[in-house]
Amino acid sequence: MMDIVLMYVKAFFVGGLICVIGQVLILKTQLTSARILVGYVTAGVILGALGIYKPIIDFAGAGATVPLTGFGYSLAHGAIEAVKSEGILGAFTGGVMSAAGGISAAVFFGYLAAIIFKPKMKS
Amino acid sequence: MEKKGNQRAIKQYAELVDRLSPKSDMGKGLLRSFWVGGVICMIGQGITDFFNYGLRWGMQSSATATSICLIFLSALLTGIGVYDKIGKYAGAGSIVPITGFANSVVAPAMEFRREGLVMGVGAKLFTLAGPVLVYGISTSIIVGLIVFVLEVI
Repeated sequence: MMDIVLMYVKAFFVGGLICVIGQVLILKTQLTSARILVGYVTAGVILGALGIYKPIIDFAGAGATVPLTGFGYSLAHGAIEAVKSEGILGAFTGGVMSAAGGISAAVFFGYLAAIIFKPKMKS
Repeated sequence: MEKKGNQRAIKQYAELVDRLSPKSDMGKGLLRSFWVGGVICMIGQGITDFFNYGLRWGMQSSATATSICLIFLSALLTGIGVYDKIGKYAGAGSIVPITGFANSVVAPAMEFRREGLVMGVGAKLFTLAGPVLVYGISTSIIVGLIVFVLEVI
């Protein structure tokens, strides 16, 4: 029981911390949200490739997989594993395959939401 | 002489701007992004545990299922206009999680729907997701190629 509670505490603190870094970047450098998103994914790929992000996931679970760096990690992890099992072709298939669920869901649910809902008038 | 006066005026103006512009209350913003981002990750942990321990899907599949669920929730909340409110409150706390990625897909698609289903919704879905995928996928391919070269050597 204690372990489960601890896992949620760790997810909260590490996830929160990763978001705070983004907030500091926005306030200090005036980065747009687009650049934050791109920066986080790219950072996740690089940290994943260097073997730095996996220990963070082992420690914090969803605290590390839910932020976009986790999406980047998933791309890197998939590409590396696929290269090891399939050779050079894996570099082109592994990343997207590993992140396919998220990408497809974003496209599909994004499309549905845009069709179903009307944009609110800006007040 | 005039140049010196100019510089003083510029300095005074800078001080005035600094004094009158609204303070973006850094501490408050950080706290908000921290707790909202943390809570979104805790919800993610709950969903992961449900798939991993409840349905025994395994870690990899559970993580994927969690992403899909969070993206669904975010698309829904963006559709009904709630996620934008969370975003105004939490800043990066709502941008950095995968829900922020989903929000960045839905919001422009909704806004440009009147431009049609193809070039409106279809194209604008990728306004922000496009750059994310371009850089994420390209970097992962480069990583794969580097690993391949290292394996051969």
